Amino acid sequence: MEFILQPLTLVIFFPLVGVLALLFIPSENKNAMRWTALAVSVATFVISLWVLGRFDASNTDLQMVARYNWITVAGWNIQYFLGIDGLSILLVLLTTLLTPISILSTWTAVEERVKEYMIFFLLLEIGMNGVFLVQDLFLFYIFWEFTLVPMYFIIGIWGGPRRIYAALKFFLYTMAGSILMLLAILWLGIHGKTFSLPDLIAQGGIPANIQMWLFIAFAAAFAIKVPMWPLHSWLPDAHVEAPTAGSVILAGVLLKLGTYGFVRFNIPLFPEATLQAAPWIALLGTIGIIYGAAVSYAQPDIKKLVAYSSVSHLGFVMLGLFALNPEGIAGAILQMINHGISTGALFLLVGMVYEQTHTREFRVYGGLWKIMPVFGAIYLIVSLSSMGLPGLNGFVGEFTILLGAWGAGQNGIFYWGGVWFAGISAIGVIMAAIYILYMFQKMFMGPQGEVVEETKKHGRAIRDLNWREIVTVVPLLILIFWIGLYPAPFFNLIAPAVNHLVGTLPLP
Amino acid sequence: MTQSDLTTILPVTILTVWACVLLLVDLLIPKTRKGITALLSALGLAVTLGYTLAQIGSEVTGFNGMVTLDGFSIFVNALLLVSGLLGVALAYGYIKRMGIERGEYYTLLLFSVVGMMLMAQATDLIVVFLALELLSIPLYVLAAFARDKTDSEEAGLKYFLLGAFSSGFLVYGIALIFGATHTTNIFAIVEFVSTSTGSLLLTIGAALLLIGFGFKVAVVPFHMWTPDVYQGAPTAVTAFMTSGAKIAGFAALLRVFATAFPSIAADMTNVFWVISAATMILGNVAAVAQTDIKRLLAYSSIAHAGYILMAFVPYGNETVVATSVAAGLFYLVAYVFTNFGAWGVVIALEKEAGKGLALDDYAGLAKKHPALAAAMTIFMLSLIGLPPTIGLIGKLYLFRAVIDAGFVWLAIIGVLTSVVSAFYYLRVVVIMYMKDGEPAAERETWLDTTTLVTALVTVVVSFIPQFLFAWASEAVLKLF
Repeated sequence: MEFILQPLTLVIFFPLVGVLALLFIPSENKNAMRWTALAVSVATFVISLWVLGRFDASNTDLQMVARYNWITVAGWNIQYFLGIDGLSILLVLLTTLLTPISILSTWTAVEERVKEYMIFFLLLEIGMNGVFLVQDLFLFYIFWEFTLVPMYFIIGIWGGPRRIYAALKFFLYTMAGSILMLLAILWLGIHGKTFSLPDLIAQGGIPANIQMWLFIAFAAAFAIKVPMWPLHSWLPDAHVEAPTAGSVILAGVLLKLGTYGFVRFNIPLFPEATLQAAPWIALLGTIGIIYGAAVSYAQPDIKKLVAYSSVSHLGFVMLGLFALNPEGIAGAILQMINHGISTGALFLLVGMVYEQTHTREFRVYGGLWKIMPVFGAIYLIVSLSSMGLPGLNGFVGEFTILLGAWGAGQNGIFYWGGVWFAGISAIGVIMAAIYILYMFQKMFMGPQGEVVEETKKHGRAIRDLNWREIVTVVPLLILIFWIGLYPAPFFNLIAPAVNHLVGTLPLP
Repeated sequence: MTQSDLTTILPVTILTVWACVLLLVDLLIPKTRKGITALLSALGLAVTLGYTLAQIGSEVTGFNGMVTLDGFSIFVNALLLVSGLLGVALAYGYIKRMGIERGEYYTLLLFSVVGMMLMAQATDLIVVFLALELLSIPLYVLAAFARDKTDSEEAGLKYFLLGAFSSGFLVYGIALIFGATHTTNIFAIVEFVSTSTGSLLLTIGAALLLIGFGFKVAVVPFHMWTPDVYQGAPTAVTAFMTSGAKIAGFAALLRVFATAFPSIAADMTNVFWVISAATMILGNVAAVAQTDIKRLLAYSSIAHAGYILMAFVPYGNETVVATSVAAGLFYLVAYVFTNFGAWGVVIALEKEAGKGLALDDYAGLAKKHPALAAAMTIFMLSLIGLPPTIGLIGKLYLFRAVIDAGFVWLAIIGVLTSVVSAFYYLRVVVIMYMKDGEPAAERETWLDTTTLVTALVTVVVSFIPQFLFAWASEAVLKLF
């Protein structure tokens, strides 16, 4: 019992209760299945709040540790090892919050094979929380690969017309990256005689040339997941084809697995290699920012636009992480959360209007504000948050990151390129304003678009949001304002762990 | 014959006698009730399995060192007997449905298992040869068991011709080794090799042995016969061949090379490296283009032979050989359960006259038979090496051993070909879950049980692999 009642074990595996319950609900009873999945995911969220309540932000060690030997024969030393710290707590909360929201968003959108859908969603939640909480590399790899499977099904079964192609591409891309990480993990396990992350970090002492190889192997896995330019080409396909809830989780959490991987594994495990790689990663991040923003502008499809904007936003996150100073990393972690909230909300909203109009070409919309004022207002807030308007969450993250990147340019972390990375990236903020406002303008202002007539022809009138839909986005709106106006509580959770991490780096 | 002689071969003897008696008893069983023969043969396998498991920990050698019953052979024997049981369970409904039900099927299967077990126990090259023939001849017959079908006949003949060919290599190799060392006994060879410098004759002999075994376990470039034979043979036979013959072949290869020829490891390691890499690459790449599930799984079995062969590459490296051989054994277990499960699903969907074997026939399976589709998904994930399955654990174990020995590039080839394999295994999943169709599957008790059991093992053991790890590494300890 002691084993099961660990708070972190509960956070990870509680959705399994829902999976088991769903297996026994007859397939006709779709509402029962929806309510079960929702209840279980809300309960998981409550458990994660309990974890937050017990969390001591000033303590930089791992907390609520659950550590048991798992496989300790035949030369293996693998532990069931969970722990939480400032780097992961917000991401866990984001995961447990976005999962019930996604489930709520599919209430009417998914009518086919509801049972499997809900099961895959809950399994996905297990995988994601597992990745954020395990501290044993072997276990980490298992959870990491496991997240692929449910997402693959979610895209492949409930996705758009090119879903099979998108699902396979998503799967193979990610797997190709992570499999090299597997070899690096095995190498570390053999030479460190343990897979425990804190122990491996404490041991250190990996020769510099090997560090670089291991860094690259880990980075390959994470960079594809982030996705960093030029490895991003799976993302637009996956986003466009995925069902709404799939896109929300994909953008909201799955991409963060990559950035989280960099901060949790690459930076502390391979400090020397990290310092060497910093300007290179910053370069890729900056290219991603500008490239993503430029390509976004050219997209006629809302989902594709948002997908490319993710490439741009996550470029910021990478830039912040490899600034390797407290501002940069803390800003990057907060920006991961912000991106999850804003982009998650954008995908939700797109899904809500798509469900009515069945088109994502935003140029055929127009004048929607008159028909859907509530939707318009919410869409505006979320758009502004995504482009980084001061007073909303996006600004806080991006500003802190730019501050960090500027500092890194000045104090030599970016030993070439200097402050140029920060300078050029700032242009990305302006570009974001352009493409997002352009989309907003085309959709909500001007004369009524042809889509309104088109939808009427099919016997439906476009309606404003209903209560369920509003409830779905309200939590995210609250967070958008909260983080934007008063980010201190969030930074307080992150900062000690980040300071500790930066303190362990052999900075010049 | 002394007491210890008898103890050594007792498991083999039990099964042989059982099979002989069954051959007679079968005459009294009416044609319509051949299920009884199946049950009796399963009982024989189960009794032998029980006896084998009771022998864990014992260590006896008999017949002047020609056969042995040690930890290694007990492990392998247990696995072989389990494959035998699964093979009987899969065949039970299948051969009835296909109209090829005859009692001899089960006795032939038992004899083949006897040969395989003897192969694992042999410590003399002559016994190895004897065992190889004993396991092969019943398989030739079984491959051609659907005798009114040309495919099956062709499979039997092809398998027979190439099998005979490979036996030739094996015997020639044994002769050369005898020429070099004046003995065919493995222990005596070890002794001889340790006191003299290596000779060319010995190396050539060992190489010929490798070719002989290479045919049996189907590694590149000795794999040509595999897709045709596996496709043509009755599916239940194929399932048994892909598992049983591989286990036995690898067991003998392990024992002969790891114990007798460490001295020529410097040459042989490179050979193993190349064969293993080529097998993984060719097996996986060729599988991508297949549209028939039997051919797909046939190429997959070639690819997996490549993975298992990875365990042999570091066999000359004393510090890691034990781990890598144990990893090989564990992988065999993982492969056997996953493989039988996958073939079980194939059998469930197969119709008369070779219908129901195209990949497209699996369209819509997830809607009509969700349990079957879920099981197949588990097997496919396990074959790729993804969590939460035993296939992942097996691959990790193997890769670790190979990296530990310093063959990082081989490991890299191994993981990259795994990504290739994900493509074609996932295609099966895509078709089952994401395409519409009206597949009809045969639901038959023993078949369902086999699929369920193998699926459970595939998942559950991945959470508690410790005991198998421990058993596998203990089993190989005394080998070296």
